[in-house]
Amino acid sequence: MSATAPAGALSIEVAAMSKHFGALTALDAVSLRVRSGTVHALLGENGAGKSTLVKCIMGFYHADQGDLMVDGHVVEVRNPRDAARLGIGMVYQHFTLVPSMTVLENLVMARADVPAVIDWRAERARLNRFLDTMPFRVALDTPVSGLAAGEKQKAEILKQLYLDARFLILDEPTSVLTPQEADEILGLVRGMAAAGRLTILIITHKFREVLAYADVVTVLRRGRLAGGGAVGALSVDQMAALMIGDDRVAAVTERTMSGTGPGAVRLAITDLAVADADGMPAVRGVSLTVRAGEIVGIAGVSGNGQSELVEVLAGQRPASAGTVVVEGEVYRGRRAETQRHHLALLPEEPLRNACVGRMSVADNMAFRQFDRAPYAKGFWLSQAVIRAAARDLITRYRVKTPSPDTPIASLSGGNVQRAVLGRELGGIVHILVAANPVFGLDFAAVADIHAQIVAARNRGAAVLLVSEDLDELLELSDRILVMSEGHIVHETPIASADRTAIGRAMAGH
Amino acid sequence: MADRPEPAAWSDRIMEPLAAPLVAVAATLVLFGAFMALAGHNPLEVYRLMGVGAFGSWFSCQNTLQRAAPLLLTALCTALPARMGLVIIGGEGAFVIGGLAAMAAGLPLVDAGLPPLVIQAVMALAGMAAGGALIATAGALRHWRGVNETISSLLLSSIAIAVMNQLVEGVMRDPTSLNKPSTRALPDPDMLGTMPGMDVHVGLAAGLVVCVATWLLMTRTTFGFAVRLVGGNLRAARLVGLPVGPMIVIVTALAGACAGLAGMVEVAAVQARANANIVAGYGVSGILVAFLARQNPLAVIPVAVILGGIGASGGLLQRRLDLPDAVVLVLQGILFVALLAGEGLPRWSEFRARIVR
Repeated sequence: MSATAPAGALSIEVAAMSKHFGALTALDAVSLRVRSGTVHALLGENGAGKSTLVKCIMGFYHADQGDLMVDGHVVEVRNPRDAARLGIGMVYQHFTLVPSMTVLENLVMARADVPAVIDWRAERARLNRFLDTMPFRVALDTPVSGLAAGEKQKAEILKQLYLDARFLILDEPTSVLTPQEADEILGLVRGMAAAGRLTILIITHKFREVLAYADVVTVLRRGRLAGGGAVGALSVDQMAALMIGDDRVAAVTERTMSGTGPGAVRLAITDLAVADADGMPAVRGVSLTVRAGEIVGIAGVSGNGQSELVEVLAGQRPASAGTVVVEGEVYRGRRAETQRHHLALLPEEPLRNACVGRMSVADNMAFRQFDRAPYAKGFWLSQAVIRAAARDLITRYRVKTPSPDTPIASLSGGNVQRAVLGRELGGIVHILVAANPVFGLDFAAVADIHAQIVAARNRGAAVLLVSEDLDELLELSDRILVMSEGHIVHETPIASADRTAIGRAMAGH
Repeated sequence: MADRPEPAAWSDRIMEPLAAPLVAVAATLVLFGAFMALAGHNPLEVYRLMGVGAFGSWFSCQNTLQRAAPLLLTALCTALPARMGLVIIGGEGAFVIGGLAAMAAGLPLVDAGLPPLVIQAVMALAGMAAGGALIATAGALRHWRGVNETISSLLLSSIAIAVMNQLVEGVMRDPTSLNKPSTRALPDPDMLGTMPGMDVHVGLAAGLVVCVATWLLMTRTTFGFAVRLVGGNLRAARLVGLPVGPMIVIVTALAGACAGLAGMVEVAAVQARANANIVAGYGVSGILVAFLARQNPLAVIPVAVILGGIGASGGLLQRRLDLPDAVVLVLQGILFVALLAGEGLPRWSEFRARIVR
């Protein structure tokens, strides 16, 4: 701890900051001014550059261009320790306290100058004196694992304040909280800002929080400053428009229809509930149907249950309640079922979800069919058939690989996705589930993969497309559903799809 | 398709799997040599004697093969689950429980006067079932309860050995075995015979056949392909709908059955009884063989012969250099540590790319 008492809220100014990752421009000359004692909201879609900007402020990243000013002085922040010395702290989206240790132990351990031998009585007294000056408390002797999510978040904030943070960055602080907990926490930090003790920069995509707790809002879109201003001066619709943008992407693929409209229901999900890896409910009672010959898009900000939904369809996660019915039969993710119903899956991060990196391209392309003729001759596997089939798919789907025997992990992301696409769509497809299928790919690969998805639809497949990219959904879907906090909160046919309405639904408004 | 320099790819294919074990062996020879030098022996003389002790005569070759036979099977207990990404080290327990179960099943049949072939077949099945059940338990615990399979297989192994001790000192004890509690002996006519033309029991043939068969299973069949898929990426395996849990149980059961069969051979061809003698470290050495063979069932064969040779040379070192025969265990230990340390080294192709540039 520093010897001097906290001197009150800091102001921060970012001047024309840019950050590139290889060819990707994550941050393009963004300027931002956060006055002391205000709550400043940073709004934007996934990948808009919010995280990159605060990571540059915190010293995790080094900006390629631009300056950071604290209280009017240009400072250099080389690492998070420098930021802490300046009084800049950050509370992360996910908890960083050690679960098995008590709050007292966590707070003492976080100090920059922990002594080799700790005088716990003195530390406790000091911490109690500190807590007396705070508007809220947390039980010091409870192990963090025993705290509710809201209490943990309070402890995280207390930790930053105990470390003398006078400028606090909150990264989607309410994503793991209930609405009540969120209101309490945000109310508390707002009170401290109003009292002139703290300046808050809060990253969020929830308009409600912006309207209720922020003084000023800045909106980023695709790494650029899209706009902003005093919260009272902007309507929700204006903010949604700034966040999502209205620049059209050229439509590439024609959705054709036989004139009869969508066919029979191929995929029917009823009251599906799924828990995430921590056992928390992620999907809460989702029902939807997908018909033959239509693409149903699911929009939503990442982390609202979409990945868990896809994992259930992929057989990678059990559902806690509800049913999935495929072509009239209950579906549990078994191999015989996926083969019988010609179910194809394009999961996100194909190398992690759909491939074995050290196996060859040819082997990876055989995962769906290897146990059936002609790949299998009874018990035996025909490597010759596997390789011949792979050569055919490699040509048809333009997979750039030195040979079918190359380990698939050494291919570029676009080619891995093309290889998976070939495997999943190369044969008959009745149902296709795709999740962020073009995430992180270059334009050529994106156009290719979009064309293949639409082609599958035009051949009569029922397609469920889950994406965090609204443009992609607007371009490909026949119908769009919006998922927020595990629920389907909005549904619209493409003809009447309205970006603003979708954006508001995505933000849980 | 061949738009890459082919000769390099060819040498990579040979060197990729061999590089790390060869480096480990070389490091071991240096370290053990230094150890021998400190003990006052000429390392080169020690290595020469080991060669003679292992392969210097027909007699020593047979001794080597005799020792290699159980290692062929116990190595598979580690090598087969490794294809699935599981590290199983409970081969010793599966070996012991296999030997015990073989005796428990065989002795009543001897009393009933059944023909030797029937007795041996039932003993083999009993040994495989017992060993298979033991290791399959570790696999099932892993899949359905999330228990680390390495730890559980080791602990299950200790339990198996304790059960063997308990039974041979209790209900299965032959009252005439005074100093060393043992089961009753298998009569000579019911023992497994030797291979034609040599003094090595048929367990060697069984080991060779099983090694080749499991290699074919793992590399040439749809089941082996599925095993590699599960071992390579569990999420991808689930995505394509493979029954991951049952497959883990099948492979671990198969692995345990191999070690259990080795235990049956030990009692039915060598010891004639189940007693503390069958806890001879074959299961533990099998782990070393599997790692040296890079978990490849076919490569297990030469590696087991070399390890058998090291074991066989212990006697000669003892007689000629007055070294304790446990000195070969020191060599094995150094080899294992060197091998594990070598896992972190760059792969051969990376290494070659670095020096060729």
